[in-house]
Amino acid sequence: MKRFTCDQLVELLTAYYDDAIDPTTRDAVRTHLSCCADCRGYETQFLATVRALGDRPVEPPPAAMRTRLLAAFRERRAGRLADS
Amino acid sequence: MVVGSIAGDVLPPDDVVVTALRAGDETMFATLLDTWSHGMLRVARSYVSTDHSAEEVVQDTWLAVIDGIDGFEGRSSVKTWVYRILVNTAKKRGLRESRTLPWSAFERDGQPSGGHGPPMTGRAEFTAAWPTPEGEALAAEARGLIAEALSRLPLRQRVVITLRDVEGCTSDEVCDILEISAANQRVLLHRARTAVRGWLAGYYESVKQPD
Repeated sequence: MKRFTCDQLVELLTAYYDDAIDPTTRDAVRTHLSCCADCRGYETQFLATVRALGDRPVEPPPAAMRTRLLAAFRERRAGRLADS
Repeated sequence: MVVGSIAGDVLPPDDVVVTALRAGDETMFATLLDTWSHGMLRVARSYVSTDHSAEEVVQDTWLAVIDGIDGFEGRSSVKTWVYRILVNTAKKRGLRESRTLPWSAFERDGQPSGGHGPPMTGRAEFTAAWPTPEGEALAAEARGLIAEALSRLPLRQRVVITLRDVEGCTSDEVCDILEISAANQRVLLHRARTAVRGWLAGYYESVKQPD
């Protein structure tokens, strides 16, 4: 039966959630988390951090850049189609 | 925790996208622009020193995409291809800036430089309760904190966590874009997440209301 210290456990969280560890290690992570409130607390904060990172508004590109690029697309692609 | 690719949710399959772009379909190009540009700006900003530089990098990337779409061979996804052009363009620009600026944006990976803002806290704060970001004000506050935390990460950690956790790329996509191994990607991501968690924990600890 594999066992981890709390310090070792927290180092495995990213690999654990990426499903990038072997089944024995995965089971040991689960066992540790199920009986260690401190690590569960850390895990909660870790996941809250990942969620917060992904929580950003969807914004369009700056208007001037968008206009310039659409014009460039029109010109360059039109030129290309005419050439072919 | 499976985080899907954002682009996959709204864009048609790659072959449809490529055919449309080659045929000069402006609506398709506008859709790509609107879906990816903001994330591209965030990634570019990791490499260069100003928002303006980042904008130029993104613009140059899209111009290269317009010119290069005919030669796109489909060996990777369109998104990976675009982001790879972006990263290469941003890297070159960043290197040029680091030669002309008095400071270098390229730190070695390792611990983020300390001495500013809340301390990186470790295990002692495991059980500290975090506020749940329910109100818009709190969410905005958390976003500001996160932007600050990201800006303090070493370059490679910042790029990986931005692609994975902010932009929602898969692990495979990140490895493809940055041409790094899965193991390397995971180490960088984990260090970055650990640092950002520590930053948030330090902040919430410092503003905690007495019970």
